[in-house]
Amino acid sequence: MAKFGREGKKEVPAFTTASMSDIVFMLLFFFMVTTNMRETESKVMYQLPEASEVAKLERKDLAAYISVGPPAKYLQQQYGTSPRIQLNDSFRTTDDIRDFIAAERESKSEADRQFMTVSIKADQDVKMGIITDIKQELRKCSALKIMYAARKSTN
Amino acid sequence: MSKKVPELNSASSADIAFLLLSYFLMTTTMNQDSGLQRRLPPMPAKDQEVQDQKVNRRNIIIVKINSQDRLFAGNEPIEVSRLKDKIKEFLLNPNDDPKLPEKEMKDIEGFGQYPVSKGVISLQNDRGTSYQAYIAVQNEIVRAINEIREDFCRANYGKAYENLTEEQQEIVREAVPQLISEAEPKDVSQN
Repeated sequence: MAKFGREGKKEVPAFTTASMSDIVFMLLFFFMVTTNMRETESKVMYQLPEASEVAKLERKDLAAYISVGPPAKYLQQQYGTSPRIQLNDSFRTTDDIRDFIAAERESKSEADRQFMTVSIKADQDVKMGIITDIKQELRKCSALKIMYAARKSTN
Repeated sequence: MSKKVPELNSASSADIAFLLLSYFLMTTTMNQDSGLQRRLPPMPAKDQEVQDQKVNRRNIIIVKINSQDRLFAGNEPIEVSRLKDKIKEFLLNPNDDPKLPEKEMKDIEGFGQYPVSKGVISLQNDRGTSYQAYIAVQNEIVRAINEIREDFCRANYGKAYENLTEEQQEIVREAVPQLISEAEPKDVSQN
């Protein structure tokens, strides 16, 4: 039959890839809007404690982060495994918190300074001694708004 | 007839967009910061005498966690799971027990008179307490207060706290205050 004879010659039309870039760009914009840049490399390992009554940090741009925990695996040979405090990009002691807070304050705009929150990201296994030292130091430089970072528990 | 403009080959633009996408996926984070928000008490000035705030004994509950992560509320050992009910009973004082905190009639703007509990929760910990236990206790206390607030909302507005307007939430926060005192560090290891 002539009707079926032509079938072999029929070409599959080319797949249009012009719209693919639009789709990918849409994805790209989604990620650009919902995520934020990773500012510092985490040198301490922390597993945040779980809590059910967590509240979201409203103004992320007004936050200063203090991480506490044992040094990351690749740094343990150099620094040991006892919990350390990380401010910005390096290990520091509680004495450096004053300068750190002053610098963070300086970087925020004048009107927003009073709303600055210090987020303490501490490993769940650290002892309260180190946290208490940080809290005392924060009180001394009157950075009173703090947040104990925690994971939202699933149940 | 004008010359036909050759069509731009757009096959590679998807690759370029993918490259950009992967770059953003790698350099950005999506984790939301969440946690328990607190306000630390201001440091007393150096020349100022450290004076104990006069708080009536019945108005304060001391929650202690020792270095073995054992929990004490009002001088008796207690399980973390039972702390919430203890705090709720302490703050609500439903039977006007003279041992539990007194209530003060307070005029709340936009709401009227409401007996506000004067109870303060004093949280004490040892240097050897684990952070996990500390957060668990903090969480239980916040949960107790949140449940009281939720009951207050249901009784007075018939709605959940998060569905109230900004002003109504303010009223609720005033009627059920979150008074947690994180005391000066103390050594409670002897307990």
